[in-house]
Amino acid sequence: MTAATHTTTRRPPFWRNIRVLRWTFQLVFLAAVVLFLLFLYSNVTYNLDRAGLPTGFSYLEQPAGFAIPDSDFRSSQALWEALLVGVQNTIKVALLGIVLATIIGVVVGVSRLSSNWLVRRAAALYVETFRNIPVLLIIIFWYLGVVIRLPPIREGVELLDMLAISNRGIVVPWFDKVGGAALFGIFALVGFAVAAGAWIWRTRRFDQTGQPHRRVLWSLGALLLILAIGFVLSGRPWTLDTPETGELSTSGGFRLAPEYAALLIALALYTASHIAEIVRGSILAVPRGQGEAADAVGLSGFQRLRFVVLPQAFRISVPPISNQYLNLTKNSSLGVAISYYEATKVTQVSIAQSAPAVQAILVLMGIYLVLSLSIAAVTNLFNRRLTLKGRR
Amino acid sequence: MATRVDTLEPMPGPDAEPEGPPGRKLTPREWMRANLFGSKLDTVLTILFGLLLAWLAYRIGRFVFVDARWEIIERNITNLMVGAYPRDQIWRLWTALFVLAAFLGWGAGAMGMQRRQEVREGRARPMPKGGVRRLVPIILLVVVLLGFAQSLQALVLVVAIAAVGAAFNVIGRRTPERLWRYVPLIVLGGILIAFIVVTAFGGVGWSQWGGFLLTVFLAVSAILLSFPIGVLLALGRRSSLPVVRWVCITYIEFFRGVPLITILFLAFFMIGFILPEGVEPPSLVTRAIIGFTLFTCAYIAEIVRGGLQSVPAGQIEAAQALGLSPFRTTFRIVLPQALRAVIPGIVGQFISLFKDTSLVFILGLSELLAVAQNITKQPDFLAEGLYVETLIFASFVYWAGSYWMSRESQRLERRLGVGE
Repeated sequence: MTAATHTTTRRPPFWRNIRVLRWTFQLVFLAAVVLFLLFLYSNVTYNLDRAGLPTGFSYLEQPAGFAIPDSDFRSSQALWEALLVGVQNTIKVALLGIVLATIIGVVVGVSRLSSNWLVRRAAALYVETFRNIPVLLIIIFWYLGVVIRLPPIREGVELLDMLAISNRGIVVPWFDKVGGAALFGIFALVGFAVAAGAWIWRTRRFDQTGQPHRRVLWSLGALLLILAIGFVLSGRPWTLDTPETGELSTSGGFRLAPEYAALLIALALYTASHIAEIVRGSILAVPRGQGEAADAVGLSGFQRLRFVVLPQAFRISVPPISNQYLNLTKNSSLGVAISYYEATKVTQVSIAQSAPAVQAILVLMGIYLVLSLSIAAVTNLFNRRLTLKGRR
Repeated sequence: MATRVDTLEPMPGPDAEPEGPPGRKLTPREWMRANLFGSKLDTVLTILFGLLLAWLAYRIGRFVFVDARWEIIERNITNLMVGAYPRDQIWRLWTALFVLAAFLGWGAGAMGMQRRQEVREGRARPMPKGGVRRLVPIILLVVVLLGFAQSLQALVLVVAIAAVGAAFNVIGRRTPERLWRYVPLIVLGGILIAFIVVTAFGGVGWSQWGGFLLTVFLAVSAILLSFPIGVLLALGRRSSLPVVRWVCITYIEFFRGVPLITILFLAFFMIGFILPEGVEPPSLVTRAIIGFTLFTCAYIAEIVRGGLQSVPAGQIEAAQALGLSPFRTTFRIVLPQALRAVIPGIVGQFISLFKDTSLVFILGLSELLAVAQNITKQPDFLAEGLYVETLIFASFVYWAGSYWMSRESQRLERRLGVGE
């Protein structure tokens, strides 16, 4: 090394200088990319002009020209408001779908490792069936094969006056506001504060004395108690609105439109089959010695799972499961096939109604990018909190 | 690894069981004790699940064997397989299948020998045993298809194709060692020949293909096109040149962040606006291929990136120490090792793609799912609403293909020791 620094080496000519080469190459590359994009842009504006379509985004202010079923949106409202309703519908199906898929997925994933042969096989059958069929097919199957075929309202199924199932949708009981909600709101706030206090108190107590903390029980109990008291004192601000079946329609309750129900069930079942595999893999990835150690200190089967195996498996499974959440959100765009008015369907209809295709698709992609990035941000934050300190 | 394809097993658990004492085969009574009625809870679960499964099996079995009206599939089996493909040109497809069987059979035989050699030299682990059971889903699929076709000609042809495949497999096992490294190229050439048999010399262009043929064509062509682009993107993402890196990252993350259907919208609706004046917009099938390629290459790039990361840094340092140029280091040292590790990931991506081709149904292309939907609107069946029958048929075809491939990919994963 020292010899090389002392000998006076002639500098290479600039065209063999690695720094010059690197920068030239990068500049050329960047110029090529920019030129290509400019080429596309000029083509697009030219072609849009020729087709008599607007080149800006002002079309979003125009009246939509179509109504959205199961919403208050009317065709005279602006297009961007229609998109907003679409995004709401996307979020509605994605959020509930994520919750359902997680519950089903975890149950099935744990069942795949059950000591019971029949349970294990049933879970495997579920996973291998749903994982290997296109999600679009599952969605269409639930729509055309199940939901649409439910009996008409007059012959619809009613369970205990609570649930009404027919081909016009599934109606579940919902809360109906009567009045006095403000007072109840105060009680709710107090309730949450007391619950949080109870949580902290029990945790501290557990840290100090080692008594079982049962903090979930304590805080949930406190919350429910205060809410119940508040409910009575504020004059019962909500009543449970149960579905009532008429000749042609049901009134009362909360109605899940058939399209929504089909899309939600299909997405949840499909994603759950993937989550189940992740859960199973994560549990298997926990070193076997951990489970054996739990057995050795005399934990029961449930305790072993709850306090030793699952917490460790959970940490492993967060990144792949968050990936599945992203997939579910993106797959909700397939609601377009059964005319569920989420963002994609709204865009498709608006293109058919002579909105400029280029901008409409770019806006749609932007919407999904924002959704994807927000989910990724939330799960990353969560993941960072979970990662063991000092292990990175 | 940053990403995993959704059809892959997320994390293969530690599968190397420590060898236990030689097991005694349980009697059926003992087996039931251990596996079904171990505890009170187990007994309850067994009875509950037994009843549930029996009920499901009864309902499904009753539908499939008694209630379902399968005439709709029987009368439309050709539609479901090839769509609007001209019927007088179907001999081309059969010929292509013979060509494919020959090349794939030969390739499988040659690869098998290669693997055996690797095992002998201790470079790979022995293949997990599978035998004919590995082919069960595919055999099941062919049997069901032939059952619906009810044609002696088709049966004879299928048997002949299987015979040709088996014969070339035997030939493949005798392939001289110096040809081994060209096996993938020769098999690709075979696929190309089969393609030429169908399209060239007065053949049928792919814009007229449909049904299951179109499904397979879309998936295969998109994966073949995406692979080289994906490798380049992955290399670009790991490049030391910031501009190249950021362009590649932007591309990959953009296309991975949006749903496939929006990219297909892009390819279908936007392509007419993007092309300069005077250029004829491509056919709908071509647009679909473009859309799938744009989408898939971003995912392949991430899979390949995982493979690149798995190559030990010492390999690159050794190559540099030997004085290899950066180009040769990449293509002779890094990529061959990286690509070996990503084969299961690519298979997983192919399975996703195979299933995702059903999305072109939304855009009006007549692949398998679209045909399955359209035939329910034929005058003879219009009033019947036979959606369930056709959808079950389509699901079964997709299921058999993906299940078989995912099984094979798991085998590969175990053999390559991925994730250990």
